[in-house]
Amino acid sequence: MSELTEASVRAEVRAWLEANFDPDLGLVEWRNKLIDGGWAAPTWPVEWFGKGYSDPLGRVVDEEFDRIGAVTVCRVGIRNLAAATLLAHGTDLQREKFLRRILTGEDTWCQLFSEPGSGSDMAGATTRADLKGNKWVVNGQKVWTTSAHHAQYGLLLARTDWDEVKHKGLSFFILDIEQAGVDVQPLRQMNGHASFNQVFMTDAEISPEFMVGAPGEGWKIATTTLMHERRGADSLRRYAEAKERPGRIYAEEKVEIDHQLEPYKWYPQRGGRADLLIERARETGKIEDPAIRQEIAKVLTMLKTAEWTALRARAAQDQGRPQGPEGSLGKLAASNVARAAARVHTEIAGADAMLTGEDGPMEGVIAEVLISVPAISIAGGTDEIQRNIIAERVLKMPKETRVDTDRPFRDVPRNTVS
Amino acid sequence: MQFSFTEEQEEFRGILRRFLEDKSPTTEVRRLMETDEGYDPEVWRQICQNLGLTAVHIPEEYGGQGFGFVELGIVVEEMGRALLCAPYFASTVLAATAILNAGTEEQKQTLLPDIASGKTIATLAFAEDDGRTGSDGVAMTAAASGDGFTLDGHKSFVLDGHTAGLIVVLARTPGTAGDEGLSLFAVKGDAPGLDRSLLQTLDPTRKQARLAFKNVEAQLIGDEGTAAAPMAKTLDQATACLANEMVGGAERLRESALEYSQLRVQFGRAIGSFQAIKHRSADMLLEVEMAKSAAYYATAAADDDAENLIPAVSLAKAAAADAYTQAAITTVQMHGGIGFTWDNDTHLWFKRAKSSEVFLGTANEHRERLIENWDAMERSAA
Repeated sequence: MSELTEASVRAEVRAWLEANFDPDLGLVEWRNKLIDGGWAAPTWPVEWFGKGYSDPLGRVVDEEFDRIGAVTVCRVGIRNLAAATLLAHGTDLQREKFLRRILTGEDTWCQLFSEPGSGSDMAGATTRADLKGNKWVVNGQKVWTTSAHHAQYGLLLARTDWDEVKHKGLSFFILDIEQAGVDVQPLRQMNGHASFNQVFMTDAEISPEFMVGAPGEGWKIATTTLMHERRGADSLRRYAEAKERPGRIYAEEKVEIDHQLEPYKWYPQRGGRADLLIERARETGKIEDPAIRQEIAKVLTMLKTAEWTALRARAAQDQGRPQGPEGSLGKLAASNVARAAARVHTEIAGADAMLTGEDGPMEGVIAEVLISVPAISIAGGTDEIQRNIIAERVLKMPKETRVDTDRPFRDVPRNTVS
Repeated sequence: MQFSFTEEQEEFRGILRRFLEDKSPTTEVRRLMETDEGYDPEVWRQICQNLGLTAVHIPEEYGGQGFGFVELGIVVEEMGRALLCAPYFASTVLAATAILNAGTEEQKQTLLPDIASGKTIATLAFAEDDGRTGSDGVAMTAAASGDGFTLDGHKSFVLDGHTAGLIVVLARTPGTAGDEGLSLFAVKGDAPGLDRSLLQTLDPTRKQARLAFKNVEAQLIGDEGTAAAPMAKTLDQATACLANEMVGGAERLRESALEYSQLRVQFGRAIGSFQAIKHRSADMLLEVEMAKSAAYYATAAADDDAENLIPAVSLAKAAAADAYTQAAITTVQMHGGIGFTWDNDTHLWFKRAKSSEVFLGTANEHRERLIENWDAMERSAA
């Protein structure tokens, strides 16, 4: 086989798309074609629908799709985290059953990790799975579960051994959400949206072949999932946008995006919308105010340096170098940007910052920024946990003395409040 | 835009770091900062002759090595890390760059080889007593006289101005204002009528002088009255370098605070095991890494002569100013009382941080310039 280069990959995907892409195909039909051609997830291994490409070559493929507006596989939600976890730790049976329908978008997944009693301390999960006969029987409650209300499957972390120490008594399962023992209830947030859910499991059942890894390996496997989640948070995020083009496939994609992205529609606002600051300052005339100019410049400085830091991390990774500290900072930087941007949006809006909805600036977008940014420094690991991780793993500072890892989990003090 | 260093650049950095760790330990920094000259002639000779650092960004046709601002940025970042006491920023970064931007072909042939070889230590004199860096701050006059010009007035905040053998001076044709009538001149360090006095600087590791000119003979560099644009460009390129120097110092502070937190024991444990210290350390890492990204972006933009050079430089300087000063404050704090003593090395960098915060423009001035030029940043991002 000749050596792969950016140019050869570009030429190959371009020729393939020209020969195969047809806007009048059905969405799932097209994605199955993509999967069979190896273009659905070219960075995946060859045995599992991919071409084994490096990340930079994967981006070349994306660029070629973008260039002609070709529809890609479904990437919304945590489906990619589920796929990465199954590729790393799943059985062939699990990969065979789930990976294709993850790519086609026919199945939606959710992540059943956090609980009311274990947020930052996720390994303290008390949802239990007990082997009864030939089934695992699950009882407990999960929370902050994005998309559970339209998911078919969940990645579940549950305790299978209470006599083991905390991190070793957990196991990892694939849970069928659409069964009688699973009850999904939306959780309304302070900004009025309900992107998250509470998931109650009462004698929900799982066949043994849907355990991922071995009993007791749950924490290790969840760490893989979380590593991919954090990597996603660190990378330059792109929100899916429906393309306004004629053709059956675009119409079907729009329906999918509207449906799948519904829980995420306020996400740009939780990021602080620093991109709107200059525009808003011009509209309101505040751009003439030297104090406001300073504040905007501070936010834009944070925004650009975070972007360039992510590009540095990516460049090092592309060269095959060990990742430097710059790769672990994106999430904390995003929190700082969001908080600062919301503060400056408030200053720019003045009295209008008291208004929301159609009465508020930009038909409520600014109000949504102001009441959504508190989420970004909590979701996916609080700022405090991020700082601990940076300090202990990147800077190698001594770990905190712990009182929860030296004894069986059943003897560890636990929450009486949630 | 390139977002990573090549292997050769990383190797170059490694060589520099080892050299500077050897030649510029804090015992040497402390010795040299007490002298008037402020540098060690033997170490300077090695910098020029063995390592060729004074030639880095000067093109080969003028006796240089023909590298760019990215490499120059690596050099000053490492020098900032080691707090090297030497006239490098004055001679190579400021003076050589000004001559490259403003000089005629013949002048570059005449002046640059000696700066590249280190035979001549040069500097650039632009600010006056009010410290402003822009054209409006220039009151010094240059009057035509015979073959050349004579300069009258004064310059201040001139890096190594008391020792430099060649001073590149910004002055104006009498009766002009603003960008009009500005020219650059070459003046010998020992020229009659030039009175040089060492200033008492907050940061003793970087020497500055006030220069008084009375009827001093000077040679015009470039064409008369056309120095505003090349001078502005020189300051942008030098500011990009300064940001790199600053992040080098900031990183050194960050590392020293981290090291101390692992050694210092209170309440029966290393203070680095307390979250209060961990969180400060994580924040400091974040700020320093973000500022490094901006500094590297700025020197890369200088090499590309990018449309967004001005906003990139201003962003980098503002970010470096905040990160360096904050790192210095945090490092003293993490050391506790010992960090406030003369014997502890932190104050050496603290003072460089404070001084660099305002040199070539304060953070507020650069933030204002960033907003004025934001459209150029947006255009080049698109």
